[in-house]
Amino acid sequence: MSTTLAAQPYVDARDRGGAAQPMLIVRALQRHFRVKGAGKGAVVRAVDGVSFTLFKGETLGIVGESGCGKSTLARLLLHLIVPDSGELVFDGEAVAAPRGITVAALRRQVQMVFQDSYASLNPRMPIQDSVAFGPMMNGQSRPQARRAAQDILVKVGLRPDLFGPRYPHELSGGQKQRVNIARALAMGPRMVILDEAVSALDKSVEAQVLNLLRALKRTLNLTYLFISHDLNVVRYISDRVLVMYLGQVVELGPAAGLFTTPRHPYTRALLASRLSMDATRRIDTPPLIGDPPSPINPPSGCRFRTRCAHAEAVCADHMPTLGAWEDRTSHVAACHMADATSGHSLAGTA
Amino acid sequence: MDAAASGPPLLEIDNLCVDFVTREATVHAVSGATFSLRAGEVLCLLGESGSGKSVTLRALMRLLPPRRARISGTVRLDGADVLALEGRKLQDFRGGAVSMIFQEPMTALDPVYTIGQHLTEMLRRHKGLGRAAARARAIELLDLVKIPSPERRVDAYPHELSGGLRQRAMIAIALSCGPRLLLADEPTTALDATVQIQVLILLRRLQQDFGMGTIFVTHDLGVAAEIADRVAVMYAGCIIEEGPVADVLRAPAHPYTAGLMASTVHDQPDQDIAAIPGSPPDLRRLPPGCSFAPRCALAMPACRQAFPEPVFPAPNRMALCLRVADVLQASLQPTA
Repeated sequence: MSTTLAAQPYVDARDRGGAAQPMLIVRALQRHFRVKGAGKGAVVRAVDGVSFTLFKGETLGIVGESGCGKSTLARLLLHLIVPDSGELVFDGEAVAAPRGITVAALRRQVQMVFQDSYASLNPRMPIQDSVAFGPMMNGQSRPQARRAAQDILVKVGLRPDLFGPRYPHELSGGQKQRVNIARALAMGPRMVILDEAVSALDKSVEAQVLNLLRALKRTLNLTYLFISHDLNVVRYISDRVLVMYLGQVVELGPAAGLFTTPRHPYTRALLASRLSMDATRRIDTPPLIGDPPSPINPPSGCRFRTRCAHAEAVCADHMPTLGAWEDRTSHVAACHMADATSGHSLAGTA
Repeated sequence: MDAAASGPPLLEIDNLCVDFVTREATVHAVSGATFSLRAGEVLCLLGESGSGKSVTLRALMRLLPPRRARISGTVRLDGADVLALEGRKLQDFRGGAVSMIFQEPMTALDPVYTIGQHLTEMLRRHKGLGRAAARARAIELLDLVKIPSPERRVDAYPHELSGGLRQRAMIAIALSCGPRLLLADEPTTALDATVQIQVLILLRRLQQDFGMGTIFVTHDLGVAAEIADRVAVMYAGCIIEEGPVADVLRAPAHPYTAGLMASTVHDQPDQDIAAIPGSPPDLRRLPPGCSFAPRCALAMPACRQAFPEPVFPAPNRMALCLRVADVLQASLQPTA
């Protein structure tokens, strides 16, 4: 188990809840940040009551525009930012709760890859040491950790003899991101959070890294939480997709269904804003007007109503809810038009 | 596009080379770019990071540091030699005849000046307007780029605006003196998808109304498809393919363009993407022959010996490749 850490079917060894137990259950997670100079008691509602379930072996994509709380959510899941309230259940065990799983134990099983591949590596450490650092801190001897690092570098497509002794500044963007993936995998995680992990890469390199992520997921039996603003990439890699707007979930469903028949007007607008590669099919009218509002003092009721073409009085008065989403095939939207009893004139049509 | 087909070229660039010289090495950022632009035409320079597209724009605008950047070749705007401009002539040229929109409006705008001050400085310097007239014109310009309540926003500082509004303000500044040539360096890359399409549609409309020649730098094929008349694809400092946007995106003639299109994710779940192997060459040590040959699946021994000569596979189209015929055939097959 020690040397070829990642090649072992470790998932079964550490699985506690069984295949039907979701990898991660998130319930009503909330984090507000106080802001100075924006009025008394002003808070940014970065993540405001987010609930979802991540099943074992799937890839859940999270999309949304900048400022919608995607990255804060990722950090909350690892307690890199401590949530104000809400509940996290990892493989049947409550996180940081009495008789639950500790945050340290959680972080050994859940790793994260960040967007800025250079900033997330130590510039004064050769990459083989960066990759070996995690296993060493968790009790492996230096030679053991070195060997594990070399194995994992091979897996991400970097020759250890050639690249191992190099420093981060000697690598290209794609190679650095491969190192970050290797470092995350060196801990033998069961779940990986990829926060805009391919967004800073050029298209040809992005394709290489996406292929690598898919291959690693198959061979290492991983579960991914894939955060991106690029809808095409999310469509490509995800089994299910969650759409966020101003700190809340507006739509959640299987990728195929959500992309072909979006139910929330915001998701429809996002999809319509995708650029085609066909110069004869140009977009003439923008699907949405204006920028997203500030997450400080968001609109009452439905947060999307200020930009929504179908907004009515009920949208300002009541906040729509997602509805039941217990199993992995359900496709739900937090919109009054999706709820037949909401009182919206188009209720039940979405 | 009809207007673009007639008249003499607005901008002619011939064999533009930019080298950055340091003590350790010389970086060949642009090696022999040649293209022209007619008045009212939109040309997209398409390429990945480090391909030389932004450096080409900065060379045109004479923004590169004169000591460290060695520029050769000719750049002519309306027949005048841009690389020879000095002093006041250069000041008139920048902002008057040519203006530029940068990628990141927060760093391109001065945080201690209001949007109105940015605009009136331009109008007073280039158009000689008085204080009140310049302010009135500034408000008109903000209205033109669809900034809501321009009378209020004219006194706003850059940090008080959202990303989309800031980029609109920058467009207003660039257009304030009615430039003949607009240079746009990834103007929508930092914006969210729903805001990006709004700004693209706005730019397309303003470009048609003002009738200015535009060079638009982007790495996004979708943006090029949305705004360009012609595209020029850059790789390792060279323009390796050029042609009308619809033709190039339908049937690329260079293997790099074809590879770039194949590696762009587009509704193909559950199969691997056809990525281009390897990474772009080191611009300090360019390989002999074609720079793309080390990554190219079609490369032959001849590709590695000499730099390929331009090939013209169709009217208005150019590619630097020995195997254009094979690439064109392969790229036409799926649709045929």
